[in-house]
Amino acid sequence: MAYDKFTVLTSTAVPLPTDNVDTDQIIPARFLKATEREGFGDNLFRDWRYDVEGNPKKDFVLNDPTYSGKILVSGRNFGSGSSREHAVWALYDYGFRCVVSSFFADIFKNNCLNIGVLPVTVSPEFSDKLMETITANPAATITVDIPAQKITLDSTGESESFDINEYKKDNMQNGFDDIDYLLSMSDEIDAFAADK
Amino acid sequence: MEKTTLFDKIWDAHVVKSVPAGPDVFFIDKHFIHEVTSPVAFLNLEKRGIGVKNPSRTVATPDHNVPTVDQDKTIKDKLSRMQVERLRENCAKYGIELHDLGSAHHGIVHVIGPELGITQPGMTIVCGDSHTSTHGAFGAIAFGIGTSEVEMVLATQCIMQSKAKKMRITIDGVAGPGVTSKDLILYVIAQISAAGATGYFVEYAGSAIRSLSMEARMTVCNMSIEMGARGGLIAPDETTFEYLKGKDYAPKGEDWDKAVAHWKTLKTDDGAVFDKEYHFDAADIEPMITYGTNPGMGIKVKGNIPTTEGMEGSNKTSYLKSLAYMGFEPGEAIKGKKVDFVFVGSCTNGRIEDIRSVAEYVKGHKKADNITAWIVPGSREVEKMAHEEGLVKILEEAGFELRQPGCSACLAMNDDKIPSGKYAVSTSNRNFEGRQGPGARTMLASPLTVAAVAIAGEICDPREVFQN
Repeated sequence: MAYDKFTVLTSTAVPLPTDNVDTDQIIPARFLKATEREGFGDNLFRDWRYDVEGNPKKDFVLNDPTYSGKILVSGRNFGSGSSREHAVWALYDYGFRCVVSSFFADIFKNNCLNIGVLPVTVSPEFSDKLMETITANPAATITVDIPAQKITLDSTGESESFDINEYKKDNMQNGFDDIDYLLSMSDEIDAFAADK
Repeated sequence: MEKTTLFDKIWDAHVVKSVPAGPDVFFIDKHFIHEVTSPVAFLNLEKRGIGVKNPSRTVATPDHNVPTVDQDKTIKDKLSRMQVERLRENCAKYGIELHDLGSAHHGIVHVIGPELGITQPGMTIVCGDSHTSTHGAFGAIAFGIGTSEVEMVLATQCIMQSKAKKMRITIDGVAGPGVTSKDLILYVIAQISAAGATGYFVEYAGSAIRSLSMEARMTVCNMSIEMGARGGLIAPDETTFEYLKGKDYAPKGEDWDKAVAHWKTLKTDDGAVFDKEYHFDAADIEPMITYGTNPGMGIKVKGNIPTTEGMEGSNKTSYLKSLAYMGFEPGEAIKGKKVDFVFVGSCTNGRIEDIRSVAEYVKGHKKADNITAWIVPGSREVEKMAHEEGLVKILEEAGFELRQPGCSACLAMNDDKIPSGKYAVSTSNRNFEGRQGPGARTMLASPLTVAAVAIAGEICDPREVFQN
């Protein structure tokens, strides 16, 4: 379904300096039993966030009131493993609109763009810089600017440009999704399918 | 003429339109759905007031959350039951073929597709499951998608997709005894890492790949995603045609001859260029096992867990976090580690050849007392064959518990969970934290190694177990 428009986002950020965060950690399989899209945020990072009795684990960043914001800055190879879009639904439902990493898994990245969460790939150096800064200074904000394709650490003004193709860029800014586009192509698809 | 790869040939033949500075509008021949990643897609179709464009191109089966006991009874877990019921309703409403629980061809979606001959060379195949890459074994472009994309396929038979880069992994030579296709792929993933093929679509080639059966090829392609690849494929050959001939959904008569003539054209041209190439020698590969919490963390069963030498920063922290979860120390041997559970099953190794290899190995032996051994066939058809061939009897005499088909303990959505802190050696595909149940510690290995571990009660080399 069409989603919120996304142009420029300025927010504090949550640091998660772990590599290879797979989608089983983002949302464990046992919480995939819903038949609707809402409510997954409660179980975001469930087994890192709560112990077996359901008590919050103090050392996990989402349980640390010092950190909050709409941007998650994570380690390398974020979103690997299962194709479950529920992982992005959980991030979105919790309140994240942007994930920053030096490396994303493919399917996860597509899933993000399909529901309007922006995956921003930065250099390993800039990723380290962001991680250090927001960890040390929880009030530090990051600005993600889609029209300019630029991510800026506001406290120092340091920035980097990021890739997003024109088609997806347009979709994100206007809140369009792929189905809107595909439905508009129905005749061309029918003509193509006639030989298949 | 331009030299192209197998991947190019199939991809290019399915592009309806290339969006300028954007992805391709990519046509999908076959779409598999299951109960977990499809309900929201159907719900959204309803919200948009649109239907399913071509129901005959979609095939459904419930597999992820289903119980593996009492499948003839009502599913006890309310949420699981609702998902399965929703799948039934949606299939009935839109006229989608459903292989339901208890029916002759029920099973894991990636097991029944090939088994029925639905999966064929040259096709584009998607499913809301990352192990859709399994179908690449037939020379198809097959990959996992998210639920938004499931909705796109239902609504339009297309998805928006950027073409991946191309990688070829060539394995030549002859693997030694006791080395299976699971060891080949665990070795490759350990070599190039769990993210090493991200952004790529992989073609597997070389004499060691050619000599594999279709089922063994499926195991290799299945785990392509575990090194980050979108998918993996193997050019079709006589082994492929032989497997498909006579299958329920395979072409028949003249159509068969025409299909085979086309399938024979599906190969990479000599001189075609890949963005990245790897070469391995099968003779270097030994039985493998994972020791950490991603599938790239694999070693020889007779090897030692790597030390942290040369690691720094988040790399080292993540590595130590992983070992702490597993309860292992850097540098120690994996052999001799006590194990609590073994699991034979999943879309990686839940086919009849896997069950045969376990049965052959354990015949006349008993599992160790400390081991709980689960064997979960990938489909009803596999289950039926296992009974007919006398394998079930052998396995039960060895102390294995045979359960009914489904994804089961591979992802523990149903009751088949490994308890917290316990060690499981599994033929499945992922050793992520909590994958087989909260706190469960998973080690991935071949069916042969799992069989040996079940008998020995600890990590062991399948080539050594019965020598004493």
